[in-house]
Amino acid sequence: MTETLLVGVDGSEGGKRAAQFAAGRAKETGARLIVAYVIEWSPYTFNTPQENDLRHKRREEEIARAESEVVQPLVAGLKKDGVIAEGAVRHGHAVEVLSQIAGEEKASQIFIGRRGLSKFKALLFGSVASSLVQVSPVPVTVIP
Amino acid sequence: MRTLVTAFLAATLWVPACLAQDASAMPKGLDERINEAISPVTDVIAAVIFYSIPLTDEIALPVIVVWLVAAAAFATVYFNFISVRAFGHAVDLVKGDYADPKDAGEVSHFQALATALSGTVGLGNIAGVAIAVSIGGPGATFWMILAGFLGMSLKFAECTLGVKYRNEYADGTVSGGPMYYLSKGLAEKNMPGLGKFLAVFFAVCCIAGSLGGGNMFQANQSFQQFVNVTGGPDSFMADKGWLFGIIIAVLVGAVIIGGIQSIAKVTEKIVPFMALVYCTAALVIIAVNYDQVPAAFGAIIGGAFSPEGVAGGFVGALIQGFRRAAFSNEAGIGSASIAHSAVRTKEPVTEGLVALHEPFIDTIVICTMTALVIVITGTYTAGGGMSGVELTSLAFESAFSWFPYVLALAVILFAFSTMLSWSYYGAKCWTYLFGENRTMDLLFKLIFCIFVVIGASMNLGPVVDFSDSAIFAMSIANIIGLYILFPVVKRELISYWSRLKSGEIRRYVGTPAE
Repeated sequence: MTETLLVGVDGSEGGKRAAQFAAGRAKETGARLIVAYVIEWSPYTFNTPQENDLRHKRREEEIARAESEVVQPLVAGLKKDGVIAEGAVRHGHAVEVLSQIAGEEKASQIFIGRRGLSKFKALLFGSVASSLVQVSPVPVTVIP
Repeated sequence: MRTLVTAFLAATLWVPACLAQDASAMPKGLDERINEAISPVTDVIAAVIFYSIPLTDEIALPVIVVWLVAAAAFATVYFNFISVRAFGHAVDLVKGDYADPKDAGEVSHFQALATALSGTVGLGNIAGVAIAVSIGGPGATFWMILAGFLGMSLKFAECTLGVKYRNEYADGTVSGGPMYYLSKGLAEKNMPGLGKFLAVFFAVCCIAGSLGGGNMFQANQSFQQFVNVTGGPDSFMADKGWLFGIIIAVLVGAVIIGGIQSIAKVTEKIVPFMALVYCTAALVIIAVNYDQVPAAFGAIIGGAFSPEGVAGGFVGALIQGFRRAAFSNEAGIGSASIAHSAVRTKEPVTEGLVALHEPFIDTIVICTMTALVIVITGTYTAGGGMSGVELTSLAFESAFSWFPYVLALAVILFAFSTMLSWSYYGAKCWTYLFGENRTMDLLFKLIFCIFVVIGASMNLGPVVDFSDSAIFAMSIANIIGLYILFPVVKRELISYWSRLKSGEIRRYVGTPAE
């Protein structure tokens, strides 16, 4: 059975670096690499009925955009390098969804870039990398 | 397209007319002419809808209130106290325990409930309760809570049907609500003619209700409260209702026509916060006066059965309580069913169960808090004939002197979010009647914005009677349909409940796919 690795990307340079790093590890061991993009979304927000009305359409658009602009180009590039890569786009809270995918796909490791937030900003907006380290079911590698 | 041009013309003609009306410092003239033209019609409609059986010399029982409460009581018994039985399960549904992770990013149960709530939590909870207590005494609160409790089962039925008979379109948008379950549901029962008639009747009433109670009344009341806190008659805005109206109309238009969601987002973020501030303030007042709470409850329960000094005695208290509860939580009116239909779920019953929290939060929690504050602070007797927002404002002011300003902001924000909700309800009914396309949708929204200006700049009078009648008239068609469709809801409920008990329907939370 081949090993599965998971990398979280967000369209940033840091995310790309994480993907490259993870790809390197995947290539060494012949592991499968899942490139995951999480669209920040919460089921507990207050919306207008107009927003709710368009929600389904927006969701499809968000997924399509994430696929075409971030995930697919990355996956295509990795495949060219000989990595067994596949993409995943989901809605939710980044930390929760990454842990969830790791569980579902039996990933042995999660790779993630960091945004290099200052202490204050991290306090204010939350750091995905540091929260993930706290709750992830599998080892996490944070790529600077 | 021609209709749209006509609407634009009407808009450009009406707004200057309103401007001229105030600018020329003789608003009474035009108001009176409009009132004279409208009142014979509205008087008749109001007289029919609010037809009352005189019980004593002082007190009359409005048939429409009996109609609503009887349906709510029937639903409560028919569904075997679903509001109690399924209360806990409904909490789990709102929390998202049963939500399929694959549906992440779609409208959740919580969001559908929150959206429907922002349409109902508003002036009814602040002003309506004060009216009930000032006329019906503290005992009215007891009947209000009872009506809220009964209303939960009715809300359950109408929201289940709303989801079951909604239309889903290729692009993923959905349209649901009484007009769809009346026409489609009754057609299934071999009553297509009656179904169609009731659906059209409902849609017409809903459009009227949306422009009246959901718009003009809101615009007018928020303008009043704004003037009150900015210096009453001396306020710089005192004679500029049209200006206030235009500002609100532009904001409403920016959201519903311009699609500028950031304004809506800000509102929808602030509204729950305001509701929280309001409830916290109420709780603080209750906590500070904790020694009076037993006495207040004594007054509420004692006053429910043997009120002193209330016109019409116990029946008078009962009518006030029931009426205000119906106004506030809209159970049986059918409006919320439109908002709840947007949810993404495979089981219509789940949204019905979630919806039964709506009268609970609206009436049993928020209205009761307002009532307790008014009773504890004793302002309902010392208020000197005050009623509505003013009385609530006075009650809170006796504890926090700055509270009227917060209340004014809350009233305006609640009114704004209520307008956004009702513009949607109205638009759905309008497009149901005149065709589901963008032009028709836009035309209604334009008309809606014009009515904001009219509502804020006019002295309402008969128009308020009319819009109240329209909202209550929605319940006539809706409840006839509900009686016919109750068995459908029951079938759905029994099927869902047995699958839930057998474990076929399971929670996703805590069981990540093995």
